[in-house]
Amino acid sequence: MNVTKLHPVSLPSMPTDLASLEAWFDQRLDEQLAAREAAKIPSLAIIATKGTMDMAYPPFILASTAAALGWDASIFFTFYGLELLKKDLTIKVSPLGNPAMPMKMPFGPEWLKRINMPIPNMLACNLPGFEHFATSMMEQTVKAKGVPSIRELRDICVESGVRLVACQMTVDLFNFRKDEFIPDIAEWIGATSYLAEAKKADVCLFI
Amino acid sequence: MQSNQTLDARGLNCPLPILRTKKSLSSLQSGETLKVVSTDPGSLKDMASFCAQTGNTLLSSQQAGSDYEFVIRKA
Repeated sequence: MNVTKLHPVSLPSMPTDLASLEAWFDQRLDEQLAAREAAKIPSLAIIATKGTMDMAYPPFILASTAAALGWDASIFFTFYGLELLKKDLTIKVSPLGNPAMPMKMPFGPEWLKRINMPIPNMLACNLPGFEHFATSMMEQTVKAKGVPSIRELRDICVESGVRLVACQMTVDLFNFRKDEFIPDIAEWIGATSYLAEAKKADVCLFI
Repeated sequence: MQSNQTLDARGLNCPLPILRTKKSLSSLQSGETLKVVSTDPGSLKDMASFCAQTGNTLLSSQQAGSDYEFVIRKA
């Protein structure tokens, strides 16, 4: 093997025998890869498919935090997830069909706040206004614990440059009008476009 | 040590202490320091992780009663 043919211009630090050359090359490659890794901006791509309060927190918390860390973050809202982009944000939470949801008092003495009062599905689905009640309890708990509201987190996401993208098909499917949604949506796209974006992401989550 | 700015994040829970810290840091010059006071126990680990990932320096991190105090130097 003629080394001089491979490298007609030899660097001062470059060895000439093959074994040393390979070691030199490996070292250079490691350095280059490390430099590239250090310069890379991490990215997060979340697919938000649910429109209830419990499922609204993870995408907005993770995306806003990623943005605070300097990451490129995007959320693709599809199916019921699209509710989270409505101007009129009326998201609810219910223990119905959600058996792990703790039912605890948001106020009162500490001992009372620790007691879990699971509501049987039979009751939760038959009591008029129960969902409203459960949602209001959750909102009070969130507020008392200093956790931001969904609206607040969404505003932070918008301010901090999280890319909010929405599913075109869902709008057509549920006969939504685009003016029902916040104007901060970067794009209305389909599966093909989002997969291209998700493919490049370091972290991709389906929520 | 006198910090250039103080952020009172007491009573706030995840992820607000970090988000507010990021916001406060953006108004500082490189080399200036920010003091953050929080009550969220999670912020102990999160603040260290935030600084490690963003290149800012966590000069100190300590617990004072029910408060956590951090001093961050902006990169």
